[in-house]
Amino acid sequence: MLASLLIVFREVLEAGLIVGIVLAASAGVRGRGTWVAGGIAVGVLGAALVAAFAGALAGALEGVGQEVFTAAILSLAVCMLAWHNGWMAKHGRELAAKMSAVGEAVKLGQKSLLALAVVVAVAVLREGSEVVLFLYGIAVAAKDGPLQLLAGGVIGLALAALVSYLLYRGLLAIPLRHLFTVTNWLIALLAAGMAGQAAALLASADILPSWGPHLWDSSFILRDESWAGSAMHALVGYSARPSGVQLAAYGATLLGLTALTRLAARGRSAARGRSAERPASAVPVPSVPDGS
Amino acid sequence: MRNLMLAAACLLLAGPAGPVLAEDQPHLTIKNHRFQPERLEVPAGVKFKLMVKNEDDTAEEFESFELNREKIVPPGQEIPVFLGPLDKGEYKFFGDFHQDTAQGVLIAK
Repeated sequence: MLASLLIVFREVLEAGLIVGIVLAASAGVRGRGTWVAGGIAVGVLGAALVAAFAGALAGALEGVGQEVFTAAILSLAVCMLAWHNGWMAKHGRELAAKMSAVGEAVKLGQKSLLALAVVVAVAVLREGSEVVLFLYGIAVAAKDGPLQLLAGGVIGLALAALVSYLLYRGLLAIPLRHLFTVTNWLIALLAAGMAGQAAALLASADILPSWGPHLWDSSFILRDESWAGSAMHALVGYSARPSGVQLAAYGATLLGLTALTRLAARGRSAARGRSAERPASAVPVPSVPDGS
Repeated sequence: MRNLMLAAACLLLAGPAGPVLAEDQPHLTIKNHRFQPERLEVPAGVKFKLMVKNEDDTAEEFESFELNREKIVPPGQEIPVFLGPLDKGEYKFFGDFHQDTAQGVLIAK
């Protein structure tokens, strides 16, 4: 029971931490709960599908179908996170101002919510397919006491959800004017970690060069297999023995997202200068009705 | 402009690899949630393809922190795990779904 609890806890936590960040990053936007819940639902469905077709997937592309598929969905998530950060650079301040002025959820940025829902779906799909395969294996091998193992799984799920919720509440405790700065950084690190993992997967499928299978070994400080290690793996892409290409993708994504955010922020101040003719609102910021 | 940069960033993930694979293909078999053999000698200093075959009727995940690998092995299938070049030494691996029995070590020589 403990084994199944630990496995399910670890996998669900990795997805749950990402959901927690996404929820904090979209704080104050009306309708985000529906989008995030939708992302989770699509992710669970996708996980079941991926698990059902695990055989075909593993056999595809001369045995590296799994790596290519996972790298592809991770890259999609990286692009969505990049898009979100660009959007926040343009609209984040305005969003925070509205939230504190109105004191309730504001209607903004459906497109940004769609991007985040995709990220949630990818995170849940990726970790969830392993949980499904694992639990299915338990259900088939009845001799091991499947009920006990399933109970372990359920407890693992509940604990991971609780920890993710605590992360979310913790982030919300950050004062509003700093919240989106923090979540933007978290999202940039999350994206960099995902890009690094995608590159590492493609290297492990022998599609990309590895540029050194492991550059260093920091497992004496933080082990991959520890709980803190897997939490850091999910949050900032920590790996105790990163490959060269993994580090390169990580750095390039982090730099790229920082540059993108700067650019978008510059676009925002330019746009503000042009639209100075709308004083009617009690809210002292220009409003942008759709999130484009 | 921004979309172009995004596209470029995503394209960065594609590129050529330069594989020089060893002729040797070491084999592992998973049976009754155990690896056979549990200690396997592999070549050090070269890239090689480790073939992992799952003869159980449930999925297993070949996983190793020391090798930085994690790969599902569906029931009845044999999948390749690209490894190396490894330094000489021992590298533990395990089956993530049956950790109490599925444990093994690669010995790179």
